[in-house]
Amino acid sequence: MANFYNDNPSLKHHLTHPLMRKIIELKERNYTDAEKYDYAPFNYDDAMDSYEKVLEIAGEISGDIVAPNAESVDHEGPHVVDGRVIYAEGTQKNLDALVKAGLMGISLPRRYNGLNFSLVPYIMAADMVSRADAGFVNIWGLQDCAETIYEFADEDQRQRYLPRVCAGETMAMDLTEPDAGSDLQAVMLKATPDEENGCWRLNGVKRFITNGDGNIALVLARSEDGTKDGRGLSMFIYDKNDGGVTVRRIENKMGIKGSPTCELVFKNAKAELCGSRKLGLIKYVMALMNGARLGIAAQSVGVSEAAYREALDYARDRRQFGKAIIEFPAVYEMLSVMKAKLDASRSLLYETTRFVDMYKTYEDIARERSLTPDERAEMKKYSRLADAFTPLVKGLGSEYCNQNAYDSVQIHGGSGFMKDYACERIYRDARITSIYEGTTQLQVVAAIRHVTTGTYLNQIKAYEQEAIADEYAPVREQLVALTEKYAAAVEKVTSTKDSEYLDFMARRLVEMAGNIIMSYLLLLDATRNNEFDASARVYFNMAKAEVAKHAEFIDSFDPSTIYLYRKA
Amino acid sequence: MSLNIIVLAKQVPDTRNVGKDAMKEDGTINRAALPAIFNPEDLNALEQALRLKDANPGSTITLLTMGLPRASEIIREAIYRGADTGIVLTDRTLGGADTLATSYSLAQAVKKFGNYDIILGGRQAIDGDTAQVGPQIAEKLGLPQVTYAEEILDLKDGKVTVKRRLESGVETVVAPLPCVVTVNGSAAECRPRNARRIQKYKYAVSPSEKEKLSDDLKAVVEKRPYLNLQEWSAAYVDADPQQIGLAGSPTKVKAIENVVFTAKESRTIENNDTELEDLVKELIANHTIG
Repeated sequence: MANFYNDNPSLKHHLTHPLMRKIIELKERNYTDAEKYDYAPFNYDDAMDSYEKVLEIAGEISGDIVAPNAESVDHEGPHVVDGRVIYAEGTQKNLDALVKAGLMGISLPRRYNGLNFSLVPYIMAADMVSRADAGFVNIWGLQDCAETIYEFADEDQRQRYLPRVCAGETMAMDLTEPDAGSDLQAVMLKATPDEENGCWRLNGVKRFITNGDGNIALVLARSEDGTKDGRGLSMFIYDKNDGGVTVRRIENKMGIKGSPTCELVFKNAKAELCGSRKLGLIKYVMALMNGARLGIAAQSVGVSEAAYREALDYARDRRQFGKAIIEFPAVYEMLSVMKAKLDASRSLLYETTRFVDMYKTYEDIARERSLTPDERAEMKKYSRLADAFTPLVKGLGSEYCNQNAYDSVQIHGGSGFMKDYACERIYRDARITSIYEGTTQLQVVAAIRHVTTGTYLNQIKAYEQEAIADEYAPVREQLVALTEKYAAAVEKVTSTKDSEYLDFMARRLVEMAGNIIMSYLLLLDATRNNEFDASARVYFNMAKAEVAKHAEFIDSFDPSTIYLYRKA
Repeated sequence: MSLNIIVLAKQVPDTRNVGKDAMKEDGTINRAALPAIFNPEDLNALEQALRLKDANPGSTITLLTMGLPRASEIIREAIYRGADTGIVLTDRTLGGADTLATSYSLAQAVKKFGNYDIILGGRQAIDGDTAQVGPQIAEKLGLPQVTYAEEILDLKDGKVTVKRRLESGVETVVAPLPCVVTVNGSAAECRPRNARRIQKYKYAVSPSEKEKLSDDLKAVVEKRPYLNLQEWSAAYVDADPQQIGLAGSPTKVKAIENVVFTAKESRTIENNDTELEDLVKELIANHTIG
């Protein structure tokens, strides 16, 4: 009898952020759907009440069904029979419960049977489901592929596919191939037009495809004969009902074992083009990946939460030397830092989600009418912020997730190394978060341009101007000083115009920006809700030392010594 | 074939999560300390009803509950999971009812309801643990009854086939419709609340709840007929005042005592006829057995 929404008040705190009023008003077009749909809200309070009630359902399913199944799913895993994936029994039960609860197509418009929710409650549900079972969230969370169909497919395709997703059919995004991982430009799966049948035919192999046997898949394939780069790739929709794709095997992974990672063989599989030819990688995959990265950030936060809670419970129960181990400074220091990293990454997650929500909703409104100049300016602003914050939260959030999982095992001591405690599974599950949907190193590549162009610095300056509780004024003063250190480090690295030097220092610069941003976010959280006071202060103490460390390294580094590192 | 299904349900204190303050000094339940929940086996019954509805499109599920006006909470809960509507049988005169008076009152409500094909309910409620109300309703309505049901296997041609979970195994029985089926806790768990239904029905209210709404919400409820739940009184179901509430309840609570088992009360009996016989005699003498 656990409810992962009700037992975690920080979720409600983020759900009720002041910007939500505007997001929901835009998303609901001033509540005009209330006339057409009996389940549409008629004002902000009504909408927020529905968000909460629906999150309580998601929290209950996460706590009562998904979490108790996690261990058996980890042991049993999915398997392949005659080229088809059979989920572990618990996985199927989890999915059935979420489908019956109507938690599919959460953010899709009502005309396709979606709930038309803002992304914030959707990401929040993903946060809770991930806490329950990190592997399972992949299957359920692939519903965000439907966003890509909504954004780029034609109306006929939307009407054929989106209601199916809302009714519970699962999805997959088939991008990676044996020789095209991080470098998707090398995709070789061949798409040829079948003029007789008015469709396309796909041939080739895909690898590492999560939920590869899902009902509806988005497939990146080479439609332009003779091309070798990203400009020859298009996006296709494959419907499993048409056949032509078999699962050759599933990978035997370290963690997230309930999530089937498939090798797929396409043999003349029927498919239809999604959007325009040649835009597959350069436009659609980029959009798809940004959504997926936000999903992985949510997964990271959920796993972090699970890791922290397991550690906290154990440290309270476990007695050594005559007292609970949480009484020892070495242990409570670890736990408080875990909590601070958890709260910091969650604040960054929902800040990013709001940015994405704002610009995507404006984009959607622009499909119906032209935006006013003010709206257009706001859309651009949030689009840029979303672009800057997504790699930041995916990169840093997944690293914190790994650190928390590591510390959770550490707090369990020898017991944590045994299969008897959940932290062992959490530790294995956490490991993938900093790898897939772009490694942390690739997130840094995406984030660094926002260091050099000043997106982060400008946003930090904006946070500086926000009202905070008087008691945090001294912290803000120090943050202003840290920001100067950050700006000086950026100046030192960029002034040389040496791109290798910039790439070499990129991780440090991005982390500095992230540390300062998360410090500000927690100050704002603590201003609105005193429960965040400890995390805000603990995180700031850590951030200050981290920024100083990087600043010192960059300040004292002689760029001509990079060769020492290159040799390794 | 579309069915008219009645699900009997009860709002009960959550006795499964009992804390230190669950009992008052005098040994009675401290209801304020226990959240009111949907009786668990009634949820199992609701799931069986929902499966019948899935298999027979056009069917209607009506939740019938007797209790305080706030029992409409479990009607909403049932509607979020797929039930269509509900009735709260509520009246001061119904208070203090034992199983006999309760089953009489509910049977009167079922008669008032009229046209139904099957009545489902949980085996028993977690507050009283009697398992008597379902069977007594069947008796009063002159209907066949199937108890300990685990799964409704089939319903067609005016007959229902039910798998029963008994202590020593399972039994499959066929009963003619209409009949009363009480469902065991081993039956399938109830499906979750549905996100769309919760948004559609969250303002569903009984007449007494409607009175307390803001004018805006009252207008919403008036515009949407499906948001109006029913409240029935004892008089409305033509209940004989002598057969309801305390007046209609032959069960009297003589005394309530707290029994606390402690390890020091344990005794070891040697495995021989004399000692065993002495023990049996002692247990008969103090009315523990016999």
